Amino acid sequence: MKKIITCIACPRGCQIEVSLDDNNTVTGVIGNLCPKGKDYSVQEVTQPQRMLTTTVRVNNGVYPSVPVKTQSPIPKESIMQAIHELSKVCVSAPVFAGDIILENVADSGVNVIATYNNPKITEE
Amino acid sequence: MNNIALQKDLIVIGAGPAGLAAAIEAKKNGIDDILVIERDEFAGGILRQCIHDGFGLQIFGERLTGPEYALRFIDEANELGIEILLNTFVLDISNDKKVTVINKDTGIQVYSASSVILSMGCRERNRGAILIPGDRPAGIYTAGLVQRLVNIDGYLPGKKAVILGSGDIGLIMARRLTLEGAQVLGVYELMSYSSGLKRNIVQCLEDFNIPLYFNHTVTQVHGKERLEGISVAEVDSNRRPIPATERYIECDLLVLSVGLIPENELSRNANVTLNNKTGGIIVDDTLSTSVDGIFACGNVVHVHDLVDFVTYESRKAGKFAALYLKNNNSNIADNKDIYNISAQNGVRYVVPNKIHKNNSGIGNVDMLFRVDNVYNNVSVVIECNGKTIKKVPKKTVTPGEMEKVILTSRDISQLDSDEVIIRLEK
Repeated sequence: MKKIITCIACPRGCQIEVSLDDNNTVTGVIGNLCPKGKDYSVQEVTQPQRMLTTTVRVNNGVYPSVPVKTQSPIPKESIMQAIHELSKVCVSAPVFAGDIILENVADSGVNVIATYNNPKITEE
Repeated sequence: MNNIALQKDLIVIGAGPAGLAAAIEAKKNGIDDILVIERDEFAGGILRQCIHDGFGLQIFGERLTGPEYALRFIDEANELGIEILLNTFVLDISNDKKVTVINKDTGIQVYSASSVILSMGCRERNRGAILIPGDRPAGIYTAGLVQRLVNIDGYLPGKKAVILGSGDIGLIMARRLTLEGAQVLGVYELMSYSSGLKRNIVQCLEDFNIPLYFNHTVTQVHGKERLEGISVAEVDSNRRPIPATERYIECDLLVLSVGLIPENELSRNANVTLNNKTGGIIVDDTLSTSVDGIFACGNVVHVHDLVDFVTYESRKAGKFAALYLKNNNSNIADNKDIYNISAQNGVRYVVPNKIHKNNSGIGNVDMLFRVDNVYNNVSVVIECNGKTIKKVPKKTVTPGEMEKVILTSRDISQLDSDEVIIRLEK
């Protein structure tokens, strides 16, 4: 079996053809212009992963929310579960980029961290 | 009104990625008296609301989110002691580099600068720009505005969304709205191709089974107070709607991702020459504009695909502005002694538009351009006086992806006529 994958490792978007045998083992990769393309396309047909970015609510912050990301990609099929868990999270200001917002999101072993600062609101 | 002229060596207009990178580079090249003026309440520009990742692969070799990419530059600017004036709107720039600003603390003030870097970025085309018939109900937004409402202000402006235009922000918002619980019914694109990056089509649409319809447009909005639905239709080869294909879609949110235009009102006041085709600023290979001492970089020159490319360009602008200041307010090469570069056959525009004949101190020139259609198996030709200076084969070129050809000092030394052409060849 052959699967065509549009590479997303860079904006070039190579069309990569991955060949699989009957045991779903990769037997060949063609069409990639760099090693990243090979790694990505093999990953994509065997175990697709995605970075998740979203926002979570913040109490007493200058802004009502803070942008967050998974520290590394998580399985694609866990995205909706992760979003569901994060929708219930509310943290208190101040929040700083790099702070852990939620550990082990969707049981992926990956932490969600803040990607921006949200200082505590000062009363004037 | 305070009429005391405040003097600065360098004033940078806009603290987005272009302005920050330019200011940092000018500082590193020995200019201390710098003021960056920003109308928003934070520096970082549009990156602050681009919470998705994929920024920084070229500059940092890492996948950063927009806010993280912005923070790197904000932190560096702060460490270098660069003054950033927030919540301040520039009302006018004159061609003798007087910058009139207003903010609520100091009222109107006039600064006088030895050099100015224009880095105001771009603005979204809106409903008025594409003339969709119908009333003016609430629920019609540009994609960037939806992005700001969702990612910074914490509002979801609709539950059932249709997106018109498959530019990157539209694709990103299709995913973002889906993750926030809205239903995205589809993305409709007037052209037969997407102007967005491939990775966004894969990760923002295909991952969530959001359909993308090419050769379609919105023909009517319905609803008086609040958007109730839209009509869409297929278009013919002249991009005219085909009436028989028109159909109604119920929705409460129409997101417009129909292009970006360089924001050059201030540049016009300063008499800076613009490119009629793109609305961007005409620059030379030192990012100098047509006005002495005024430089420009980032999306105000031309709309970039990647912020990394904005950073590269803006660092150059900062460096050449610093050299201008250190050279007693004079450009390092004679601005009259130049080659004109014109875009022809398939090339829609090129940046820079002018190259100095004396290349010393300038070095290799990145010729950045966009094509006017999708072409396969073509060559980019740089031609002068009928002679091919450079020929670079390209497998696929599309209007959605900026292309680059590097002119080396050696290539430039081979030019023997004032008029240089960049074009595509089958």
